[in-house]
Amino acid sequence: MSVEKVATAQTIAVPVAEEIGEVWLAPKPTSLWRDAWFRLIRNKLAVAGGIVVLLMILVAIFADQLMPFPYDKSSLSHANEAPSATYWLGTDYIGRDLLSRIIFGARVSLLVGLGAQVIIVLIGIPVGAVAGYYGGKLDSYLMRFVDVMYAFPQLLFVILITTMLGASIINIFIALGLTGWVGLARQVRAQVLTLREREYVKASRVSGAGGPYIILRHLIPNTMTVIIVSLTFGIPLAIFTEATLSFLGQGIKPPIPSWGQMVGENQQYLRSYWHMTIFPALALALTMLSFTFFGDGLRDALDPRMNK
Amino acid sequence: MSNGSSPVLEVKNLKTHFFTRTGVVQAVDDVSFSMYEGESLAIVGESGCGKTITALSLMKLIPHPGKIIQGEIHLHSDTGDVDLVKQSDRQMADIRGNKIGMIFQEPMTSLNPVLTIGYQLMEPLKLHLQMTDEQARKQAIELLRRVGIPAAAERLNDYPHQFSGGMRQRVMIAMAIACSPLILIADEPTTALDVTIQAQILELIRKMNQDLGVGVMLITHDLGVVAELCQRVIVMYAGQIIEEAPIEEIFNNPKHHYTIGLLRSMPKLGPHVKERLVPMKGLPPDLLNPPKGCRFQPRCPARQAKCAETPPLMPMGPRHRAACWFPEEHGA
Amino acid sequence: MSTNGTADGTLLAVKNLKKHFKIGGGLFKNRAGQVLKAVDGVTFDIKRGETFGLVGESGCGKTTLGQTIVRLYEPTSGQIIFDGTDISELREEKLRPLRRGMQMIFQDPGSSLDPRMTVGDIIGEPLDVFRVGSKDEQKQRIEELLRIVGLNAYFVNRYPHEFSGGQRQRIGIARSLALNPKLIVCDEAVSALDVSIQAQVLNLLNDLQEQFGLTYLFVAHNLAVVAHVSDRIGVMYLGKMVELGSTPQIYDHPLHPYTKALLSAIPIPQVGVKKKVERIILTGDVPSPINPPSGCPFHPRCPIATQRCSVDPPLFEQKESGHWAACHYAS
Repeated sequence: MSVEKVATAQTIAVPVAEEIGEVWLAPKPTSLWRDAWFRLIRNKLAVAGGIVVLLMILVAIFADQLMPFPYDKSSLSHANEAPSATYWLGTDYIGRDLLSRIIFGARVSLLVGLGAQVIIVLIGIPVGAVAGYYGGKLDSYLMRFVDVMYAFPQLLFVILITTMLGASIINIFIALGLTGWVGLARQVRAQVLTLREREYVKASRVSGAGGPYIILRHLIPNTMTVIIVSLTFGIPLAIFTEATLSFLGQGIKPPIPSWGQMVGENQQYLRSYWHMTIFPALALALTMLSFTFFGDGLRDALDPRMNK
Repeated sequence: MSNGSSPVLEVKNLKTHFFTRTGVVQAVDDVSFSMYEGESLAIVGESGCGKTITALSLMKLIPHPGKIIQGEIHLHSDTGDVDLVKQSDRQMADIRGNKIGMIFQEPMTSLNPVLTIGYQLMEPLKLHLQMTDEQARKQAIELLRRVGIPAAAERLNDYPHQFSGGMRQRVMIAMAIACSPLILIADEPTTALDVTIQAQILELIRKMNQDLGVGVMLITHDLGVVAELCQRVIVMYAGQIIEEAPIEEIFNNPKHHYTIGLLRSMPKLGPHVKERLVPMKGLPPDLLNPPKGCRFQPRCPARQAKCAETPPLMPMGPRHRAACWFPEEHGA
Repeated sequence: MSTNGTADGTLLAVKNLKKHFKIGGGLFKNRAGQVLKAVDGVTFDIKRGETFGLVGESGCGKTTLGQTIVRLYEPTSGQIIFDGTDISELREEKLRPLRRGMQMIFQDPGSSLDPRMTVGDIIGEPLDVFRVGSKDEQKQRIEELLRIVGLNAYFVNRYPHEFSGGQRQRIGIARSLALNPKLIVCDEAVSALDVSIQAQVLNLLNDLQEQFGLTYLFVAHNLAVVAHVSDRIGVMYLGKMVELGSTPQIYDHPLHPYTKALLSAIPIPQVGVKKKVERIILTGDVPSPINPPSGCPFHPRCPIATQRCSVDPPLFEQKESGHWAACHYAS
């Protein structure tokens, strides 16, 4: 007489070999990512941040279609105008539409942020993983190098590059990337040091796998959480650094708009025409905040039980 | 001990459920038993059977998201009878460490690493017995001596990390019996210890039980330890009690098929040590959705149609009860 | 069972193997590098097709010994002769092909499987590393391995966290069989499992041994389990092997006082049966391998130790046929 095994919403009936029993109610396949996704969705702040980030990305991609005016079209007769029906956010000191410039600024910020992260990832992950896995002298040398880079004043280095090679978007994000990979390298190394002692790594070695195989197949995939979170927080950091540079006049040069640049350019008019400074500053602040909320939520969702 | 003397603890229809996102886990499901003065009782089962949650329910230390949803836990002491289920947190704080002591599997995590063990030992003495510093210190030294820690007076000022695993467990025992409790609950006290140290600790617990008359409730999965130490055994499976008997009965005349299966699964050191083990088929049930009727059915070699009806605990012999419609006739 | 390699049927011979770890040290003079002698001169051999049990308490070095034999650690000195070849000093390139012959099953079902990989990928990893067969052939082999260990091939695309501890151990066993090894080191392979699941897995290991002619080195701290599976047993204490013999020899007449204490300390799950040995309760704690005692490492806790034992380390000698012990007063 067999016992009625009824599959429920959570389970699937799977015939199993004799030894285990007749039928095993196997839980429906759950992926770790799905669990994380549901945790993320429940975090309202993170969702809000995520939506704003998404909007910003869309704005950046479709900037050309969205801008009511070309960002460099100046109309001196309409200079310093407050927000109106034509110029929704007003104009700056030479009559350029603030809204269009802010929209295009989104693209600039995002390019810099993402571009820097690409370089950071390409340098930081291998350095951290190799140092963490092999240890010994290699680790010592790499970490001393990391310490030196860490001490480097990032801003000054980028200014140096932009002065010598010009302040294009590409130069800026390359410079930011070259000086910004250190944090990720350290985090990856720390994670790899922990993972290196896990039994599945030992199992892999006993199965004949060498260092590169283990790093690529086991260590880096299990470091994904750290990497994703670092990316998510790194983007706003890069954006803000670029904003600072541009504010100081060392970053993106006009007429290409950058939010930091706009704040810098227009701050002298703060008392009389506040809109020219406040709106780009708000855009920057909103972006930073959204990325931060989203990043926090992402880290919480990914972190706790990713490895059950 | 358990022959007509009054029960010091009476658990009636205890239900502790965990309200998780995926459903309600019926960790402890309608458990009733009694414990008598000065006896040593074992609660035995494998992981997930509910034995630890039962002990934590007694101490009202159930982790989130668990809750006692039904039942009574009567503690009979010389200051009167109380139903622990109804006690508030403050009232329980008076009972824990005072009337009921508890030691856990991992002594390192139960001891505060930044406080000396002298401080931690004197804490319950000053709190529950209102001792002065001087009195507490004296008593603490005496307790350490009693649990077999050499150079007790000097070691009062040491920190937990300066003790070995076995020593720390001794300190835990000292703390747990400091106020001469009625019951000492020991949750897997020797599982994390080496076997030669385990022998020492079991000897110590036996001394506490026999010399000081402290009742011992031993929670474990190790039937060998049970045979060494306990007078009576309760076997739990999937949140329910499925057999209850004195020690000789459990080992020589088990009735429930799970108990029999458990005994047959263990390699026993002896001339027949290389005999093929007879493991039970299958896995313990999912407590989110346990089988209807007898929960051991899917794995039971003796199951029949009637097992779809939940069997109650039925008398099987002298002080021997089992929840089975078709218990084993002959001895193990 | 074929007897290629060595004529006398020895698959693994370990000679005076030592594994020391340097710890501490650094800039502070009073903490000059101390040495942790995890394995301190162990000699034994394992015959083809047998199960050799290695037993001892924490700090005795049995896990380090098992892992050094499969070259997870580099031996400090001594020899490891596997199937006729001395692998103790081989460079990785020469060693790699030989790794196919010896595999390992680990203790913790929670961390012995990569949580990011599917079961199929985990089991197939050895095949992937050595590029054995085409993708299809590998797929077939993986399904076959799952069946061999009693799991449905359906589970190939699932993740470890969806399985119970016992099932994960089966997956680990399937992985270790992938390359048809000759020797499998079971490093506390059942210690983290519940009793009833443990029994299932022990039976499985037994069946596999018969089916595939495997040789096991079974490392565990539970003497009852070790005695159940092993033909011969080695008892370790503080990095040294103190006794070695067949299971009946060890159980019926242990020679070394530590073995006697160990046997007597095991709680027997039986009531009303006369105890075989009077319970010997050792005093003191299990010592640390950083500062081992002088002379015989066991002398501080030994019930029959004399003055000689604290100065003169006893040799590991054959006291009767196939039964070795390191004690001046072995009887």
